[in-house]
Amino acid sequence: MTRDTSKLHYAETHEWVDVGDDGIATVGISAFAIEQLNDLVYMDLPEIGKQVQAGDEFGEVESVKAVSPLYSPVGGEIVEVHGDLPDNLDQLKDDPYDYGWIVKIKLGDEGLPESLMDLAAYEKQCSEAG
Amino acid sequence: MAYLFHTEADRREMLASIGADSIRQIIDDQVPAAVQMHRPLDLPPAIGELNLESEMRRSAARNVSASSHVCFLGCGAYDHFVPAVVDEIASRGEYYTSYTPYQAEVSQGNLQVMFEYETLVTQLTGLGVSNASLYDGGSAATEGVLMALAAGKQRSKVITSDAVHPEYREILEAYLINIGAELIVVPSGDDGTSQAIIDAVDRDTACVLIQHPNFFGRLEDVAEICRATHAAGGLVVQSFDPISLGVIKRPGDLGVDIAVAEGQCLGNPLQFGGPYLGIMACREDLVRRLPGRIAGQTTDRRGKRCWVLTLQTREQHIRREKATSNICSNQTLLALRATVYLSLLGPHGLQETATHCVQKADYARRQLTELERFEAVHEGPIFKEFVVRDLADNVPALLAEAESRGVMAGVDLGRFSERYRDCFVVAVTEKRTRQEVDSLVGVLSEASVAKALS
Repeated sequence: MTRDTSKLHYAETHEWVDVGDDGIATVGISAFAIEQLNDLVYMDLPEIGKQVQAGDEFGEVESVKAVSPLYSPVGGEIVEVHGDLPDNLDQLKDDPYDYGWIVKIKLGDEGLPESLMDLAAYEKQCSEAG
Repeated sequence: MAYLFHTEADRREMLASIGADSIRQIIDDQVPAAVQMHRPLDLPPAIGELNLESEMRRSAARNVSASSHVCFLGCGAYDHFVPAVVDEIASRGEYYTSYTPYQAEVSQGNLQVMFEYETLVTQLTGLGVSNASLYDGGSAATEGVLMALAAGKQRSKVITSDAVHPEYREILEAYLINIGAELIVVPSGDDGTSQAIIDAVDRDTACVLIQHPNFFGRLEDVAEICRATHAAGGLVVQSFDPISLGVIKRPGDLGVDIAVAEGQCLGNPLQFGGPYLGIMACREDLVRRLPGRIAGQTTDRRGKRCWVLTLQTREQHIRREKATSNICSNQTLLALRATVYLSLLGPHGLQETATHCVQKADYARRQLTELERFEAVHEGPIFKEFVVRDLADNVPALLAEAESRGVMAGVDLGRFSERYRDCFVVAVTEKRTRQEVDSLVGVLSEASVAKALS
């Protein structure tokens, strides 16, 4: 399976979200964010069952440059965590949208926040930042 | 370090530059009158250096110490032998002021010491990684729990028992009160504490804090506690006695996740209660949560062996609000002493030292509890300490009388708990001779006759 990045939603804080038909949102971080972070050395993941609201910090990623919080782009319950990911951060870098998923969140009642962007808007944000 | 003084002219110049007339005026401006004392300190007049020195000597001579008395005191601080080579190496000028500068790599010698210390601690504990030391055994135990709470995410329960040092538990309570964690202290029964701890563990348990050998000198069923805690998804923090590892299994071999200890016993004198040495090691996969700093060995650009600060809690520099620890330094000088001590003894020397402790403590327990006035509070194996009940229920007077006869016979447990008010803890290190143990028994037996008559 290859995720179509044009179908994803993006947060200002560089997380992407892919919402399946089952109401489960898969969350990762964008290729742009990974490039900005440089070499990744550590990732801290949440526990399954944790309740998050959109904008909550659910983990963190550390690179040789900085430690960055991971913010949940949606609200709901964390139902799955990509436990192998912290040991394979090189693969996250090579494949941020498929192998690189971080958590799966069962969407809460409020659904997708309106503040999320489509690919075009997100790319615009990145080009302005870059 | 040079002594920098300032002259009256310097003072006037400084006052002029900030527009103040006098130091008194600065104080009056800054310190509310209500909290000022308005009178001089009640001190005797100044005396000359010659008189001062003899006054200090007179005062110092009134101290009672492990050098002036035969010491059977324990409960976390012990009179173990300190070989002369420890002082010889630790007092070298290069080490004696062992404060690492902010560019730590400038101090290659200190970093090498930290690296060798950490290596010895990992070998001693059987765990993957050690930090460069913490402040003392109590704060190390607390840091171990804080680390486990951070690793346990939403888990908020900390389980410990009354067989963990009461002062360590006080430190822990002081920290936990503000972070929303629940501390459960299970009481120990006659058959120990292990089962009560296991029964208390649940899915909300972040960690179990045990002491092994425990505060009463007894052994816990560490492997079984680890099995039960891990099955519920929690971590086990063990406070250990470094010397005991000469004869009992290492924390890492028992399944312990985080091991902490008071390192005073490793080549550091009692020195009236501190500074001491906090030892802390953990499983390698927990390294990112290990507080303090970790020195590592690498090669420089010319391929030569060198040492660096490999990991350091980043929270102390950035994102302080996320910090799970506020430990910013360590006890390098005492860690150096522990390093020299452990290097000198080696595994066989440590085993020999520990064996002496076991045998002498066992002998002392048998001799003491043969006296009518005393009974052993617990049965079963001990390491170097044991609890004695004074059936005459007069522990403070008993210990005071022994002290007046040159023997510090034990620590009054009534200090810590009403439940043990008629008990005291006796610690016997490898330093104690058979004659000294016999004199302890003699002094206490004579005291007991005196009390029985009164």
